[in-house]
Amino acid sequence: MDESRITGAAPPPRLDERLGRINWAQRLMMRPDSGAGVGVVLLLVFFAFAAAGSGMFAADGIMNWLHVSAELGVVSVPAALLMIAGEFDLSIGSMIGFSGMMAAIPAVYWGWPVWVAILFAFALSVALGWLDGYLVIRTRLPSFIVSLAFLFILRGLSLALSVMLTNQTIISGVNRAAKGDWLAPVFGGQIAQPVFVFLAHAHLIGTYRDGSPLVSGIPMVMIWWVIIAAVAHFVLSSTRFGNYIFAAGGDANAARSLGVPVARVKVILFAATAFCSALLGIAQVMEFGSAAADRGLDMEFEAIIAAVIGGSLLTGGYGSAIGACFGALIFGIAQQGIYFANWNNNWFRVFLGALLLIAVLFNTLIRRRVTGER
Amino acid sequence: MDMPLIEARDIHMHFGHVIALAGISFTLEEGQVHCLLGDNGAGKSTLIKILSGVFRPSKGEYLVAGRDAGFGSPRDALDAGIATVFQDLGLVPLMSITRNFFMGREPVRWLGPFHVMKFAYADRVAREEMRRIGIDLRDPEQAVGTLSGGERQCLAIARAVFFGARVLILDEPTSALGVAQTSMVLRYIHQVRGKGLGVIFITHNVRHAMAVGDAFTVLNRGRVAGRFRRGEASIEDLQGLMAGGKELAELAEELGGTV
Ligand SMILES: Nc1ncnc2c1ncn2[C@@H]1O[C@H](COP(=O)(O)OP(=O)(O)OP(=O)(O)O)[C@@H](O)[C@H]1O
Ligand SMILES: [Mg+2]
Repeated sequence: MDESRITGAAPPPRLDERLGRINWAQRLMMRPDSGAGVGVVLLLVFFAFAAAGSGMFAADGIMNWLHVSAELGVVSVPAALLMIAGEFDLSIGSMIGFSGMMAAIPAVYWGWPVWVAILFAFALSVALGWLDGYLVIRTRLPSFIVSLAFLFILRGLSLALSVMLTNQTIISGVNRAAKGDWLAPVFGGQIAQPVFVFLAHAHLIGTYRDGSPLVSGIPMVMIWWVIIAAVAHFVLSSTRFGNYIFAAGGDANAARSLGVPVARVKVILFAATAFCSALLGIAQVMEFGSAAADRGLDMEFEAIIAAVIGGSLLTGGYGSAIGACFGALIFGIAQQGIYFANWNNNWFRVFLGALLLIAVLFNTLIRRRVTGER
Repeated sequence: MDMPLIEARDIHMHFGHVIALAGISFTLEEGQVHCLLGDNGAGKSTLIKILSGVFRPSKGEYLVAGRDAGFGSPRDALDAGIATVFQDLGLVPLMSITRNFFMGREPVRWLGPFHVMKFAYADRVAREEMRRIGIDLRDPEQAVGTLSGGERQCLAIARAVFFGARVLILDEPTSALGVAQTSMVLRYIHQVRGKGLGVIFITHNVRHAMAVGDAFTVLNRGRVAGRFRRGEASIEDLQGLMAGGKELAELAEELGGTV
């Protein structure tokens, strides 16, 4: 491509006198996720006072709200990527319940090895996510509507299939089936247990009567959260696919006219979102040892809210994966903090709604700043 | 005889019941600047969208270097070395100048399963190419939405020139440009021709067309209204054919001067 360049004489470089110095602090404020980052800190400071002495910041307290954040983060990150690409997936919550069922029923009732059941559930979920995306592209209907249909279809399927095949809507006994399985702990297990035993011995963290630590290890879902967030951030900020995602959501027509495979990008993101939803569904089943058809209720809205709080524009083209993590953190801290502070937990909804409103207004402001529109 | 770079034969384009093109033939040769002229709605943009792979013609043949083009998407056209500045520019306002410059043609290296963008190189090229067209970038990471209309046009042109290996298509590229940038674009067209590329140049400004054009095709209501080589037609002839000519003459009389 170099040789196709025009070799006219370029004027010598000079500093543009119209260029005001931008310092790193201003640059930081231009990022989509900076607001949510500040929000996390403020919220922590707030609860440090409001929930003082409640154990919220003891090891098990931290684990408690981090766990809530991690579960949401696993799905809010792909939801953010999809939103940046200009689409929504309202079937995230239903997919969590559905994938859990699809792993539990074969494992418990059909006697499949658990690892086979897990792979089956993943394959089915990703295929359905792909179909969701394919229908959005093919019909050119808003993904809002198509995935809303999937929300009902998948939730209905989870309930109907579990009743039809097992006469129950809660499948327990997965832990018994998963004993000794090599794949189940990858989603439902814990790591770093010896560290916590050591900390307990050193009296750095609380223990039960028998001396075992209150926190026995780091649940795998947290590890998955970190992995998903790191990969998503890297893809978005540094790779060609990331460029495609921004372009698809920023102006799909312009992107298409320059050869960006917009349809493929969106379908891949729908499949990836389904994959992450299934990951959460399967992790819950393996962790709790049971599947329930109503798991993941409202998670699609929580994921979208976390993405928006994290600075992603509802209209697409702008946002961040790290922001979606901050959004999930804010969610976990506020929800559990209100519990630790011993307030009526209905306040959480009020807080969430108000925060969403503030975030949307703030995002619009940032977008105006970035694009220079007035 | 040299094979033409691009040859379109009897192209028809229908949008539902709207007939945008009703049988147009068009050739572009190596080292030729071919100006497409015509009134609003004549079908100029539709024709170049077919040439650049955005639309498939309803009927007709489209050959690139003598072979059936068979473009399924603009990407195929770009791969064949045909780069286009569309009338609406094809820029994404929320994205940075660099990301826009390389959109769809990202410079990458492999890192495991990922195509990692070479941002340092991309920033440098974007800055250099923009300086060459006469725009000093403040910051290549600046969002395109913050650029002025003319700066955006320059970005789209610089991008197409950079990637157009064989054919450069410009759809009214100078409509928002200042004097210095316009003459820079005309000089560009001249330079590009000198390297053997073909250029399709759409403009409403007959003077600009006459300044750089080797061949002229005038469209009117989806048909070819006239074809000329350089020197075969005067500015007045072209203006007359562009359907606006008669009205312009009347207007000049009315206003008691020249337009
Ligand atoms: N996607 C479309 N659907 C329906 N009609 C279309 C479409 N694109 C173009 N047309 C029609 O085709 C005709 C030619 O349009 P085109 O954009 O090619 O004109 P043009 O010569 O580029 O005009 P201008 O000088 O104003 O840019 C117009 O009447 C337009 O309304
Ligand atoms: Mg046009």
